[in-house]
Amino acid sequence: MKRNERIVLDSLEINRALSRVAHEVTERNQGLSDLAFVGIRTGGVHLAHRLAGRLKKIEGVVLPVGALDITLYRDDLYKKREQPTVRKTEIGFDITGKKVILVDDVLFTGRTIRAAMDELIDFGRPREIQLAVLIDRGHRELPIRAHYVGKSLPTAADEKVKVFLSEEGEEDRVVITNDAEN
Amino acid sequence: MTLKIKDLISIKDLDRDELRLILDTAESFKEVGARDIKKVPTLRGKTVVNLFFEPSTRTRTSFELAAKRLSADLVNISADSSMVKGETLLDTARNLEAMQADLIVVRHPCAGAPALLAQKMTSAVINAGDGAHEHPTQALLDLFTIRARKKTLEGLTVVIVGDILHSRVARSAIHALKMVGSSVRVVGPPTMIPREIMNWGVEVFYQYDEALKGADVIMTLRLQLERQGRSLFPTIREYSNLYGLTARRLSMAKDDVLVMHPGPINRGIEIAPDVADGLSSAILSQTTNGVAVRMAVLYLLSGVAKHEPVDPQRTPH
Repeated sequence: MKRNERIVLDSLEINRALSRVAHEVTERNQGLSDLAFVGIRTGGVHLAHRLAGRLKKIEGVVLPVGALDITLYRDDLYKKREQPTVRKTEIGFDITGKKVILVDDVLFTGRTIRAAMDELIDFGRPREIQLAVLIDRGHRELPIRAHYVGKSLPTAADEKVKVFLSEEGEEDRVVITNDAEN
Repeated sequence: MTLKIKDLISIKDLDRDELRLILDTAESFKEVGARDIKKVPTLRGKTVVNLFFEPSTRTRTSFELAAKRLSADLVNISADSSMVKGETLLDTARNLEAMQADLIVVRHPCAGAPALLAQKMTSAVINAGDGAHEHPTQALLDLFTIRARKKTLEGLTVVIVGDILHSRVARSAIHALKMVGSSVRVVGPPTMIPREIMNWGVEVFYQYDEALKGADVIMTLRLQLERQGRSLFPTIREYSNLYGLTARRLSMAKDDVLVMHPGPINRGIEIAPDVADGLSSAILSQTTNGVAVRMAVLYLLSGVAKHEPVDPQRTPH
């Protein structure tokens, strides 16, 4: 199965990157009281929980974490051969007036983030939306930039970046493949 | 995974996995209905037509809300006008297709009418009830409601009571329940039990009390007074005595029994008011869930643009 796979981040490096991002979050936002995390399914939700856990350790503050499924807001729904599976959005708190940090595993074209922002704004009026990603692989198609980046990774357009996380029963790692079938 | 069908005419068109896919997708859409802004942009630019040749409040409104919450454009047609003017069903439908309708929701007094449309049209056709044949989205919302309350569908004992002969709700429900591994009992006057029922893999009862022993779910059916003369039973009072669900009868079933009814209810005939409004009743949940299930069906059937080639150059997210 694993053809042309290259590990670009291992478990230790992922954890270091997340710790640094957590510190950057505290630096950028003086006082964490209005902050909330919203992860984009599936990887982003796990990462959002990990970041919230680190902030609890660093600052002793428990921040709310929500989960966003952007399927219904995609701009390519009718271009796909298969209808993507719709999962649940679960945001158990009012986002109005909050600084919401959107979390995703890989930032690529930016289209997912556009969809996520549109969906988020249907839930209320956040004071600010910030973006945190584990990997920024470039190739943006929309004017979108992340506030917090775990690692910038130059890639070719036909390569794929996959983030595996222990929450999904995998060993933590980020891999690049250039197997079109994957 | 995705649905392999273009249209939803009968529960029999689905396999077990597809049925589960619809129920699971409906779970996600139920969350949309609980939001302050109950609208997502998913079907923007798609056109849904409600083509109803029979009166309906609940089903028509449910499909309408489902389409609107998905941002589709919706047209309601109560098709008496074209019928009065003598237009054939196919001509009416072809005109709708000429106006680029993507999904057509049909209710018709004749069994088979939606199937005929589905055959002749490229638009997706959804059966919203055809004669005494099927009402698949009703069965799906019933299963969704049972699963939400009971956490499973397998191994449940479901009693369906009333006029099985004329009930499209019962036909769809029986097929669906058998598919997911529930055991089904039907009970009603012998004149209202179809002969071919022996081939459906259900148990037949004529005594209500007997059928209720150990029941997990009771699906009461509406006595369709408008659909037939009263020649199938002597009086409404007698029918109500023998096949009305009362608090006394309810106590024969399991303690956590779920009471359902597709609506509209004839209070005091097939179900006593205190049972319809009681703690065991899931009747209003069925209505809420109906919108979520129909959103799922519209979403899944709108699927891939059927007539357009798929762009191989699509960039992934």
